Amino acid sequence: MRDDQIVYPAGPVDEARRQLEICNACRYCEGYCDVFPALTRLTEIDNAAVTRLAGVCHNCRGCYYACQYTPPHEFELNLPAALAEVRQEGWERHARPQLLARAFHRSGLALAAALVVGLAAMFAALAALRPESGEGFYAYLSHAAMVAIFLPAFLLPLGVIGLGLRGYWREIGGGRLAWADVVRASRRAASMRNLDGGQGQGCNFEKGERYSNARRHAHQATMWGFLMCFAATSVATLMHYGLGMEAPYGPFSPPKLLGVPGGILLCIGTAGLMALKLRADPGLGASGVLSGEFGFTALLFTVSATGLALYAATGTAAVPALLALHLGAVLAFFLLMPYSKMVHGFYRFAALLADRR
Amino acid sequence: MSEPPVWDVVVVGGGNAALCAAIEAAEAGATVLVLESAPRIYRGGNSRHTRNFRCMHHGPLSVLTGTYGEDEYYDDLMRVTKGETDPELARLTIRYSEACLPWMEAHGVRFQASLSGTLSLDRTNAFFLGGGKALVNAYYATAEDLGVSVRYEAEVGHVHLEDGAFQWLELTDGTRIAGRAVVLASGGFQADIDWLARAWGPAARNFLIRGTPYNRGVVLRDLLDQGAQSVGDPTQCHAVAIDGRAPKYDAGIVTRVDCVPFSVVVNRDGQRFHDEGEDVWPKRYAIWGRLVAAQPDQVAYAIIDDKARGLFMPTVFPPVEAETLEGLAQALGLPGPALRETVDAFNAACRPGSFHPTERDGLATEGIEPPKTNWARPIDTPPFRGYSLRPGVTFTYLGLRVCPRAQVQGADGPLRNVYAAGEIMAGSILGQGYLAGFGMTIGTVFGRIAGQEAATHAR
Ligand SMILES: Cc1cc2nc3c(=O)[nH]c(=O)nc-3n(C[C@H](O)[C@H](O)[C@H](O)COP(=O)(O)OP(=O)(O)OC[C@H]3O[C@@H](n4cnc5c(N)ncnc54)[C@H](O)[C@@H]3O)c2cc1C
Ligand code: SF4
Ligand code: SF4
Repeated sequence: MRDDQIVYPAGPVDEARRQLEICNACRYCEGYCDVFPALTRLTEIDNAAVTRLAGVCHNCRGCYYACQYTPPHEFELNLPAALAEVRQEGWERHARPQLLARAFHRSGLALAAALVVGLAAMFAALAALRPESGEGFYAYLSHAAMVAIFLPAFLLPLGVIGLGLRGYWREIGGGRLAWADVVRASRRAASMRNLDGGQGQGCNFEKGERYSNARRHAHQATMWGFLMCFAATSVATLMHYGLGMEAPYGPFSPPKLLGVPGGILLCIGTAGLMALKLRADPGLGASGVLSGEFGFTALLFTVSATGLALYAATGTAAVPALLALHLGAVLAFFLLMPYSKMVHGFYRFAALLADRR
Repeated sequence: MSEPPVWDVVVVGGGNAALCAAIEAAEAGATVLVLESAPRIYRGGNSRHTRNFRCMHHGPLSVLTGTYGEDEYYDDLMRVTKGETDPELARLTIRYSEACLPWMEAHGVRFQASLSGTLSLDRTNAFFLGGGKALVNAYYATAEDLGVSVRYEAEVGHVHLEDGAFQWLELTDGTRIAGRAVVLASGGFQADIDWLARAWGPAARNFLIRGTPYNRGVVLRDLLDQGAQSVGDPTQCHAVAIDGRAPKYDAGIVTRVDCVPFSVVVNRDGQRFHDEGEDVWPKRYAIWGRLVAAQPDQVAYAIIDDKARGLFMPTVFPPVEAETLEGLAQALGLPGPALRETVDAFNAACRPGSFHPTERDGLATEGIEPPKTNWARPIDTPPFRGYSLRPGVTFTYLGLRVCPRAQVQGADGPLRNVYAAGEIMAGSILGQGYLAGFGMTIGTVFGRIAGQEAATHAR
């Protein structure tokens, strides 16, 4: 598909292009992140380029506080916000159905409602599907029932995200990937290079003109915590099917060794991200999504906190209720993946992949 | 912190020189008040528009490569100023610059490798990560941590001198502030268009001011009126040709138009007036401010064709574009037949040869006046593009005379506790022309000296 065949709404992309053209004549922020070097390599700032650059921007805000043209200056530069609007618009446009994305991205209340529905569903499932026998959690909900609920609840949203990513990849002119691109993008994602201010001094998220690594660290705790929890589940699945080893697993088993520290990291990370967001200037992000963003982070926090609580409560009478809470939160989280801030991880990685030297 | 009735050091201005002085004075233990006439969002004067600092060094230093010794630096300065400099102050500034770079880093400034398109400066000029506003932000944060008080929207109207010494000063809102020493770092007068018009002539009303609207020379005037000695040509300013569509003030670096060597430049009447291809652009852009200032209505138009696309740095505003020269003339408000005649004559004077955009290629016109001595290719490939050009003033040369201790010189010798730093005294060293990155060097060196001296005097 050629660039001119993609129908962009006038608005976010045009505004971002206007600002990027000013940046391209200025270039003072070249050392902060990968956006500016990529900008200077362009021969034309077309829609694909704007979208790709927006995907690479991590909203570190360095280029806002360093900019001599921020409002009330007539050039009205606010690049972090302009690029955030482009990303936000893209996540919502590529999701299907778009209606759900708009609702959940923009409303913490809608997310909370989804959580309540997830919880209710799990309580109902626990009450209705209580197995005759089984150990650990499977005493409350059989393994087969868990798989029957969670496999589709995980794979279907992933499929929706995959479809969106396909369109996005075309839109940003992704093209064919080489192994080196994957390595480079993975490195940059793993280190969050684009949040370190270019020299490791950090970003300008919550401290305005001063640099701080708090957001990078909180985000890293969140990402690694999440990946460890995900790995714990994957390992457990392998152990279950591959090795015939069924849960519950002991404290020094791989699922627990990954899951417990992962859960703790995720708790700390998400709590940190929320605390930082409360202090940051909302005017430097996408407008109208604050409540959805808080809601999403809180949901992730709930997933990890209930998971840890569940582990701590092993063998007590609190298990059934905590199990329902935890699984309900996980269910809501999975189902909302394509429609919440969770998608940013996928799109961000795609943009990093497409941002070749 | 409760405010002292008499400050040890009062600093007038809120740009690079002022902040270097404030930080030095505070580190020496003085109580320091900074008075900045701009609101917080526009704090930092012209320093917020800068991008680099010229630094002497022996061997690689931070982001700087190679060596840039005192003599080479001094020669570079002599070349641009044509000798209009005070050799003692100039050498002092150059020598002191080497120690300034680590000092800047220690006080929060971060440097980055030279920006794309400026590789020629990577040995001599250290670029600020994020540009001058990031530098200014870092200094304000450092000053705040050191207990320096800052008042924004505090324009100093009068500095009261008695028996050759500063006693108190008065803000334009009438507030009086007393101090034991004062550092004047309030920049030049280029934002006062009336003053500029008196000095340069009425044409100056059409000039654009590249930097802050707050540098109106109020304190400079006040000191001169009280008999302080001046340096620098009072009628001159440094002006470059910038995009004519730029706002009147504060548009900074982005409005530069680098296509001149690949263009023909005509005036309001469609006539050429100067060799567009004299030398590579970084060596010539500074003369075009004056050239345009001398044209009717102080406006000119750079005309390129499609062959020039991508040969120069992107511009902040897109060019005016048309498929025909006549269409372009109309869109730019130029007389079509005159432009056609000029371009036809120019095209006919172009000779075949090889074109090298990055070096003088000797591809010259023959038989027209003025000639174009390099990069002369016919303007014949549509679409045609045009930029209007106007003089953009960077700074003025008139300033206060200082001694190597940064003391301001009164009619009968040095004023005991009055120091000056930065643009307000730069004319002593940079009497003519401009050397990229030298403004920040003068401000840093003299800001530091002034801060130290003022603190010593106050204690
Ligand atoms: C677009 C542009 C780009 C430049 N780029 C470079 C560069 O890359 N490198 C370089 O070395 N130089 C550069 N220069 C020159 C450089 O800006 C100056 O040499 C330098 O900033 C001077 O510093 P200063 O502190 O003396 O003045 P300024 O930074 O201009 O500060 C003067 C301060 O005084 C305040 N003030 C004025 N009047 C009063 C008053 N009455 N009361 C209180 N406060 C007052 C102003 O608000 C301002 O804060 C550039 C200039 C421009 C315009
Ligand atoms: S954000 Fe501002 S300072 Fe940074 S490159 Fe863009 S225009 Fe220049
Ligand atoms: S906000 Fe940060 S990551 Fe985004 S463009 Fe600006 S400097 Fe780069």
